[in-house]
Amino acid sequence: MSALLGRLALACLLAVLCLAAPAQAQKQGGVLRVTHRDNPPSASILEEATISTDMPFMAVFNNLVVFDPNARQNRLEAVVPELATSWSLSDDDRTLTFQLRDGVRWHDGKPFTSADVKCTWDMVTGHTASNMRKNPRKTWWFNIKDVTTDGDHTVTFHLNDPQPSLLVMLAGGFSPVYPCHVTAAQMRTHPIGTGPFKFVEFKQNELIRLARNPDYWKPGRPYLDAIEYTIIPNRSTMVLALEAGKFDLTITGELTPELVKDVQAQVPQMQCLVQPSNTQGNLLVNREKPPFDDARIRRAMGLSIDRKAFSDILSLGVDKIGGAMLAPPEGIWGWSPEFMQTVPGYGADVEKSREEGRRIMRELGYGPDKMLPLKVSTRNIPDYRDATVILIDHLKSVYIQGEMEALDSAVWYARLVRKDYSVGMNVQGTGIDDPDVMFFENYTCGSERNYTAYCNPELEKLFHRQSMMKDFEARRQLVWEIDRTLQEDGARPIVYQSQGGTCWWPQVKGLKLAVNSIYNHWRFDDVWLDR
Amino acid sequence: MLSYLIRRLLLMVFTLFGVSIAIFLLLRIVPGNIADILFDSAGMIDPAEKQKIVSDLGLDLSLPVQYAHWIGGLLHGDLGYSYVSEKPVLDEILPRIPITGRLAALALLFAVCTGVPLGVISAVQQNTWLDYALRLFSLSGLSMPSFWLGLLILMAFVHYFGTIPIYDRAPATFWAWVAMLGVPAAAVGFRSSALIMRLTRSSMLEVLRQDYVRTARSKGLSEAGVTFDHALRNAMLPVITVIGVETAFLFGGLIVTETVFNIPGVARFLVEAIRWRDYPMVQNLVMFIAFVVVTVNLIVDILYMFVDPRIRYGQ
Repeated sequence: MSALLGRLALACLLAVLCLAAPAQAQKQGGVLRVTHRDNPPSASILEEATISTDMPFMAVFNNLVVFDPNARQNRLEAVVPELATSWSLSDDDRTLTFQLRDGVRWHDGKPFTSADVKCTWDMVTGHTASNMRKNPRKTWWFNIKDVTTDGDHTVTFHLNDPQPSLLVMLAGGFSPVYPCHVTAAQMRTHPIGTGPFKFVEFKQNELIRLARNPDYWKPGRPYLDAIEYTIIPNRSTMVLALEAGKFDLTITGELTPELVKDVQAQVPQMQCLVQPSNTQGNLLVNREKPPFDDARIRRAMGLSIDRKAFSDILSLGVDKIGGAMLAPPEGIWGWSPEFMQTVPGYGADVEKSREEGRRIMRELGYGPDKMLPLKVSTRNIPDYRDATVILIDHLKSVYIQGEMEALDSAVWYARLVRKDYSVGMNVQGTGIDDPDVMFFENYTCGSERNYTAYCNPELEKLFHRQSMMKDFEARRQLVWEIDRTLQEDGARPIVYQSQGGTCWWPQVKGLKLAVNSIYNHWRFDDVWLDR
Repeated sequence: MLSYLIRRLLLMVFTLFGVSIAIFLLLRIVPGNIADILFDSAGMIDPAEKQKIVSDLGLDLSLPVQYAHWIGGLLHGDLGYSYVSEKPVLDEILPRIPITGRLAALALLFAVCTGVPLGVISAVQQNTWLDYALRLFSLSGLSMPSFWLGLLILMAFVHYFGTIPIYDRAPATFWAWVAMLGVPAAAVGFRSSALIMRLTRSSMLEVLRQDYVRTARSKGLSEAGVTFDHALRNAMLPVITVIGVETAFLFGGLIVTETVFNIPGVARFLVEAIRWRDYPMVQNLVMFIAFVVVTVNLIVDILYMFVDPRIRYGQ
């Protein structure tokens, strides 16, 4: 009996020890080898709007606040301090004050102070002149009236109106704090930050190299000695090199669901995650160009789209269907499935929608014998072209005869900005899953990325109203209604919400990706290698 | 000989002049310019900054003046400034030349070292199973796109050896270094090798039937002596011609091979520069490639003399 009890006690002890075993101890050192998809236009995060710049250079910088890397969803509740140690909001919610971390130094040895925060936001809001070439997110900061400092370690954002989302935008990868004493030109080629890794080298079309910042303010971090991004534009080569163990991690969201399946079949131990990339395929209709200035034609075009077919063909059914805001459960603000069914063109009965589209076109004098001819412009890369081919096929169902015009990337963006197109198929990302970001960046009258020249002053009032709302549920209801109006107006019909895959070898530890944005979580200060 | 060389060098200058005009005009015909591309992809902050780049690049000047500025700078060793990389063009091009040069030279070496001997064997062994096998081999070389071949090679390496011979600045082992240099060279040189083999074969077959070859045999020379001393030397003229022509084609193949094997050389960089309409970069890179091709063809012409003593230029 006593022997049995002894064995039982031993088993219990072992079980307890197993359950209480500490997490694997982090190892210091090693070079994280990451694949990169193309040559970033520059190293300056504030001047670019692409993951090609954001992911490799985010580790050079810090933000005032950041999304908790352990939280899977980027949202207000997940915002934690970074260069700020704390923040407080005035009673009228119009003054946001940050206490800043003491003893932080830029990579060139100069001290970080509140003046750096002020000059960064003076620059991006356009309040002061800067020699930045581009400022793609100026609209994000529409509500900032002024930024003031009080000593070296206190900075205050003065707002025109309350804006709960401001903290969310400050936490995104696209909102690093820049040093006042470094020129914009240098930030494009040799960025200086306060982050866990120092910039070492950016060889055009070849590689980007970062090295551990030994003076990083976070004790014991980062674990890695260096991060090296190798630019591999050919996707097949990239996948083969990953499988051969030449790289530890792929650039985020770059692998299609089919490729992820293939990689995992070839290397079963490979860790992969397919997640929303917060990019959308959307139909651009230039409402300034006849006959597309007629809302009825735009509506008929929207009704022709079979979104499920796009998802099935482009991504084995993995791409999501939704409006402007990312669909749940990954997205915070997207329509519920029940709500989506009530939006015209989103119902399950595609044929019914198309019949409605045909009726509109017949009223306008079109029909099977008199199709409306048009050119569908798009960027000359596979993802865009594939979607355009499907779109042209769908448009036929409402008596529209499309012809693809594939444009070089360089020409494509220039034409969009100049609105020198009639109909286009576009893919576009947003840095943060937040209505302020989405609406103000893409749908306000005259905003830089409002490629369709959509302008609805009444709706814009609602943009502002939702922006001020503190009650999450009430705000979400309003966001749903705004999103419905955007789709009904054919502002920029959303065709699919892309999903992209990221793969890494099991030796990469501490990597946590967000489910609702590919643009954050790339500080790499908690990542280590178990080799 | 000297007067011939002088004539050829003058012709080289005229050829390069023609190429410079062609590339200059073609770049301006293609829609879009670098200033638009740099600024239009996102919110433009300052039109003055854009205008400054337009002025710095001379894009607001007339085409003849722009051309004169470029050629004037080129003759003084000033290749201009890249507004994409924000570095002088020379600093970007120079480190890439040895990478592409090594690959091109190795590919040409591979093509000649495999194409000529295999062509000779195929001719000497005409209508045997070996000849058929080699002809099949050469046909596959001519018909396989180098992009596809490169990927097949990479897949085979990953599958059978668990490694991949793509570019690495610091290869871990000697064999990794050999594979990194040799495999892409073989992939890009395969097509040229097949062409050289077929040409060597047909040229050899023609020469082997000549009277002087029969005479050499009847003198009692060994078969190897007949084949290599008498036949091959005379069969090499068309082969040398095609090597010159292939150098130009090789650059086309290099663009693909540098992409597949991820080699950061001149050819891949040129494609990226075109994408950005990086005029100074594209113009100077194309001129560099044109210079290499013209020089190789001059060398080929001079080689004729050494291979066939009957050829004397300028007489």
